[in-house]
Formats: sequence, structure tokens, C-alpha cells
Amino acid sequence: MTTVAAASHTAHAHHDDRSFIKKYIFSTDHKIIGIQFLFLSLFFLLVGGFLAMQIRWQLGFPGKPMPGGSLLPETMAPGGVILPEYYIQLVTMHGTFMVFFAIMLLLVGVYANFLIPLKIGAHDMAFPRINMASFWSAFAAGGVMLASMYVPEGAARAGWTMYAPLSAREDLSGAALGQQLWSVSIILFGLSSVLGSLNYITTVINNRAPGMTWFRMPLSIWALFITAILGLLAVPVLAGAAIMLLFEQVLGTHFFDPAAGGQVLLWQHLFWFFGHPEVYILILPAMGIASDLIANGSRKPIFGYHSMVFAICGIAFLGWIVWGHHMFVSGMNPTLGSSFMVSTLLIAVPSAIKVFNWMGTMWRGNLRFHVPMLHGVGFVAMFTIGGLSGIFMAATPVDMFIHDTYFIVAHIHYVLFGGSLFAIFGAIVYWFPKMFGRMMNEGWGKVHFWLTMLFYNMTFFPMHNLGMAGHMRRLYDPNIYDFLKPLQPLNTFISISAFLLFGSQIIFFVNFWWSMFKGKKAPLNPWEDNGLEWTLPSPAPHGNWETPPTVYRGPYEFSVPGMSEDYLPQTKKLPTDREPAMTPAHGH
Amino acid sequence: MTQAMADAMRPPFPAERGLDVYNKKLGMWIFLASEVMFFGALIGSYVILRFGAAGDWAKPGVVLNIKITAFNTFLLICSSVSMVKAYAAIQDGYPDKLRFWLLMTILGGACFVGIQVFEYIHLVEHGFVPSGVREGSELAEMVAAGSLPAATMGLYGSTFFTMTGFHGFHVTCGVLSMLYLYVTKALPGKYTAQDFAGIEVVGLYWHFVDLVWIILFTIVYLV
Repeated sequence: MTTVAAASHTAHAHHDDRSFIKKYIFSTDHKIIGIQFLFLSLFFLLVGGFLAMQIRWQLGFPGKPMPGGSLLPETMAPGGVILPEYYIQLVTMHGTFMVFFAIMLLLVGVYANFLIPLKIGAHDMAFPRINMASFWSAFAAGGVMLASMYVPEGAARAGWTMYAPLSAREDLSGAALGQQLWSVSIILFGLSSVLGSLNYITTVINNRAPGMTWFRMPLSIWALFITAILGLLAVPVLAGAAIMLLFEQVLGTHFFDPAAGGQVLLWQHLFWFFGHPEVYILILPAMGIASDLIANGSRKPIFGYHSMVFAICGIAFLGWIVWGHHMFVSGMNPTLGSSFMVSTLLIAVPSAIKVFNWMGTMWRGNLRFHVPMLHGVGFVAMFTIGGLSGIFMAATPVDMFIHDTYFIVAHIHYVLFGGSLFAIFGAIVYWFPKMFGRMMNEGWGKVHFWLTMLFYNMTFFPMHNLGMAGHMRRLYDPNIYDFLKPLQPLNTFISISAFLLFGSQIIFFVNFWWSMFKGKKAPLNPWEDNGLEWTLPSPAPHGNWETPPTVYRGPYEFSVPGMSEDYLPQTKKLPTDREPAMTPAHGH
Repeated sequence: MTQAMADAMRPPFPAERGLDVYNKKLGMWIFLASEVMFFGALIGSYVILRFGAAGDWAKPGVVLNIKITAFNTFLLICSSVSMVKAYAAIQDGYPDKLRFWLLMTILGGACFVGIQVFEYIHLVEHGFVPSGVREGSELAEMVAAGSLPAATMGLYGSTFFTMTGFHGFHVTCGVLSMLYLYVTKALPGKYTAQDFAGIEVVGLYWHFVDLVWIILFTIVYLV
């Protein structure tokens, strides 16, 4: 195994005469771009987490000076006590960074880039230079968003959903430049997302290796492919809305201004028409990745492969016709509300198919609880809780009661942190050897998983209770209401759990950086998996394959009877396998 | 690994084995799908705002100069025709004809943008701006006299400038890309009857932009 790694190293040095800048900075290699996205999005994950800690300080210990808060300027936290103006910036930027720049980039930026060519047997993306442009526009978008926190009157403060007219009018929001920079950043982000999506879709359709038929693709690739379609069609709507918002702020247009005939609900419709497909952009790749991890950890073929694929497609389709469930109390026509309620409840069907299939995969499997498998199972458990609380919101009468409360905050964190982020942690550990040629530490990985699981539930589960008791979302100081005063001990408990949760992530980050340089050298196929990426040395060379691999079967052939090993790689030719029919090559 | 391998743009084996369409063309079609959603958001907002507006919508003929824009529309349609001629020419293997028709298309597109800029300057001089009607202008007097609806002029300005502005931006991008292909590939004679992918792909984009304009001209200027 070490000889393979060493041999790859010489091959690497032999052919690769690109300069450092071309190789690592302005790279067109999908693997390097994926790693660039990984560093960028982990940075924003930390930024978003840091903002969340400040939110939790204010809610856990309202009115008390924050440790280190005296470093902040007078306009944010005089004497270390967070001001309401600063608090609303914190919740706005926490949501924005986490949704757009952490989770979405981690899933779609990192893993679509890194995995698609490796898992379908392509040399690279269909358009490597467009791929590079996608990364650098995301980088610019993130830079603008970060910069908006340092302008004199502070960052955007209308919540991450940017409801107009609060976001559109300076006299209401109190921040002109911060709001404008938010719009500019989101437009740049939209450009990045479209450039990425069109690349992923083209690559999956056209650049699969011989024998890699549609139904031999891993579920992670199916999920990323369908996600790319959602991103391609949904993000331009957000970009269009952000452009209108920017014009509202800069040119004085009246799209969302009721005094001049504009419509306030127009922003909400546009935002959630993007926003609900966005929800599935944030969870479908996590579902696909979890499917890969669970099949590997269970040493069994994934249960109901085809139904998994159709469930992904079904969720993606239904995702387009449910956006109104975010707007039940907006004053929208109640009849329309009922149809949105029905379509939303329908999503429970494909989601439940997936959950039962994951359980069916694990059932009587030869389970290996390695760190990625733990995260995969954690994903299923937490996603199920988040999915069940989602049903409360889908039902209009219940939603009217819990709308804009901490129940919603609990729900979104169960699906976004408990769902997506657990799958992301699993994916980072699982494909770390493919990225850097070394393994992450197994023991510390397990410590990180269990501490995260514990503190995560201690942080977010009580939020359901807060919400049912009427604790409003984005509320600066709950003690101004008498009926919320008894909840202060619960809030303090949540805050302490959140600090511990943030603290346990240090284990992950130290493990990540330490393993990159000092970790155990990765064997050729550390997880004994069937995927095409494990036929390559780690890290894989530029261009991936000298000759394209030939694929003879799907990716989940574990524990096949009569085999000496309990896995059967997609490229291994058995005497009974036929050569795949080659489709003719095209010009240009 | 050979040097050819190092260039991932040109793998040494046929990489495309999915659809019977080469990558660049498929990529452009997919990109156009996202453009449909982008213009769909702008046009959809216009439709909702216009039909939801209280009171009359401004008569386009009073605010805008329809004749000059009708000529501009004709010009853009002609440039789509010349794009087809350029494509047909290189398909038949005539690089000189390609150069002529591509140049005609570039000129048509550039004139369209020029006339649109002229139109914008003219409109702003008369007092039609993205926020509606500028105070103290010619149009402001018409609003005061009741010949233009005061309630919806703001919406009209917002939607008009956003939609036509972004269309103009797309035409400009198209002209610049065609100019780039003209200088770097058509002039040195790099396009042949076997290799004209760039022309086909930019042609797709150009026809799409033309189609969007026909919709915009109809719903913004005519009805």
C-alpha cells in the first residue's frame, strides 16, 4: 500500500510541471477547487459559529458584559453588553453565512466538485475554467459579505430572509451600505452557483466512464446531480430578487414599496420560490452522502436503490410547489395556503421512503461503526427528528401558532446541523484520505462525534419547548415579557450547551489540521469501498485516470456471496461480466 | 502521463458519451435554462405588479418612443438572421463569408445597444427614471395635469429599467463574446467546416437574447 502511494508520488512529480500558482491558487483541477471550497466554507462555518456564540451569550446572560466584548466598538457592544442593533446583525449574518457560505458551499461547492468526476470516471469537470470562475466568484461573494460587517453603520440587519420593506429602506433598517453589500454579495453568489451547477449537470450527463450507466451511479452523485438542477433553476430567481432589492436600495425603485403601488409579498414569494428548493439543495447532497456512508458501514447493498433515486427526484420536484408554507401568516390567500399545506405534507412520503431504506440497509448488516458511519447514522436519526417537527409547520393551523418562534429555530437546526452538518463531517472524514493522502485520527473522530451529538441535542432540543411556550425568534431580550421570564434558566442551559458544542468543534479542527500533516498514511482503499475513486492513488493525480476506468456494476455490491472479500469494486471484471457498449465519440 | 493528458480540457479519449451533443453546446442549453428563470423572475414580477396595481397603468406610447424601439427590434431580429447566415457559411466551409456575417451580427448588436443607450438618455431627460418620474420634469407636469397615472408611474419606471437594462446587459455580453471570437478565431481562420463549436454556441445565446427582447418589446412597449 505504501508502495502505491510512493509510486503515485513519483508519477505526480513526473508529469506535473505547473507552477505553484497554477496548481494551487488559480487551479482548474476539480480536486484542488474542491479543496479550496473546503477551506473557504470551513472558515465561514467558524465565522457563523462564532456569531452564534454571541447570540447565545445575549440570550443566556441578557444584559451582562460578554467576555471579550469590550473589544467590540461602542456602536455594537458598549462595555461588552450587546446592543439590540448589533444583536439583529448577529442573527442576520449567522443565518446568511451558515446557509449560503457554510452548508451550501460545503455540500455543493466541495463535494460536487471533488466527487463527481472521481465517482463517474471523468478526467475533470466539463468546463474546468468555468469551475475556477465559480470558486473565485464565491470567494468574492464571501469577501463582500464579510466586509459588510466592518462598514461604519454595521452589517445587514433584516434577518437572513431579508424581508422587504425593512431590508429595502434605509430609514427602516438603519444600515444603507451593509444592506447594499448583502445584495451585491448574494448576486455574486448566484453567479457562482449557476456556473457551478451547469458544470456539474453537463459533466454527469456527458462525461461518465464506459459502463457507468445512470443506474450504476452512486446515490451521492444522483443527489448532487438533482441538486445541481435545483440550484441552476432556483438561484437565478434569488439573484433576480437581490437585483431588485439592490435597485430598491440604490436607485429608489418601488418593487416592494406599498406606498408607490409595490407589493411587500412579492419579495417573500420570490425569496421562498428560491428558498424552498434551497432547503433541498442543503439536504439532498447530505442524503446522498449518508447513503454512501451507511452502505459502506453496513457492508450491504443499499436497500431499494431505485426507490432512493426516485425519492430524490420526487423531493426535488415537490420542492418547487411548496414555498407558500413559509408564508401561512403573511396574509396570503388561505385557500392557496391549503394547497401549499397538502403539497408540503406529500414530501413526507419520499422522505420516509429514504429513512426506511437507510434502516433497511443497516438491518442485519455486518455493521462497522467507523467515524463516517457514526455520522451517517447520526444524520438519519437527527434528520428524522427534524423531519417530524417539519410536519408541525406544514400543517397551517399548527404553523399559525408556532410561526416565528424558537420551534422553527429548533426545526431548522435539526435538519441543517443535525442533518446536513453531520453528513458533512462524515464526508470530510471519509474522503479526507482521497484529498490529502492521510487518515484523520479515528479515536479523536469518535470523541468529536459523541460530544457533538450530546451537546447538539442539549442545545437544540429544548428550543422546541421554548417555541411552544411562545419564545419569539430573533428576540433580543426575552425578559421584557413576563410570560417568558420563567424560561430564563432553560435559555441559560441552552447557552452553556452551545458553548460546549462550539468547544467540541475544536477537537475536529485540530484533528483536521494535525492529520493533514501528521496523520497516518492512507492505504489505497481505506474503507474497503467499491467506488471508482478508490482505484486511484491518494491524493489522485491531475487528470485522474490515464485511461478511463471501465465500470461493470453499481457501487453497492457489498458481501457478494462467493467472493473472497466483502466488497466488489465497480471496475473489477468477473468472468460473467460483459464489456459495456461504447457509445460513439463526438467531434469538437 | 503524456503532455496531452495534463491538459484536462482535451482528454486523449472521447470523453463525451452521454447525449449526442458536445459539452459546450449542452452547457449553453443548461445555462439558458437558468437564464429563463432569471428573466422569469423579472418578467413575472412585472406581470404581478402590473395586474395587482391600483389604478391605470401608464400608456407606453405616451412615455416611450415606440417607433425608434420598433426599429431597434427589427435590427436585433436582423442580427439573428445574420447569425444564422454566419453559422450556415462555416458549416458549408466558407470562412470569409463567416467573417462577413459575424461582423454584421456584431454591428447589429452594437447598434442595438447604442440605440438603447440613446433611448435611456432621452427618457431620463424627459423625466422618466427608475424611481418613476423626476420632479420638475416634462413628465412630472403631465402627471400633474392628469394625462399620466400618478399611482403607477413608480412601478412602471422600476420594472421598465430593470427588465430592459438587464436585457441590454445581456446583449452587450453577447457582442463582446462575438467580438472576442471574431478577433481570436474567425479572423485568423481557425473555424472550419469540421470545427465551428464557438459559432454554434454563441449563436444559441444570441437567439435566446433576441427571443427575450421580442417578449419584452411586446409586454413593455406594446400592451
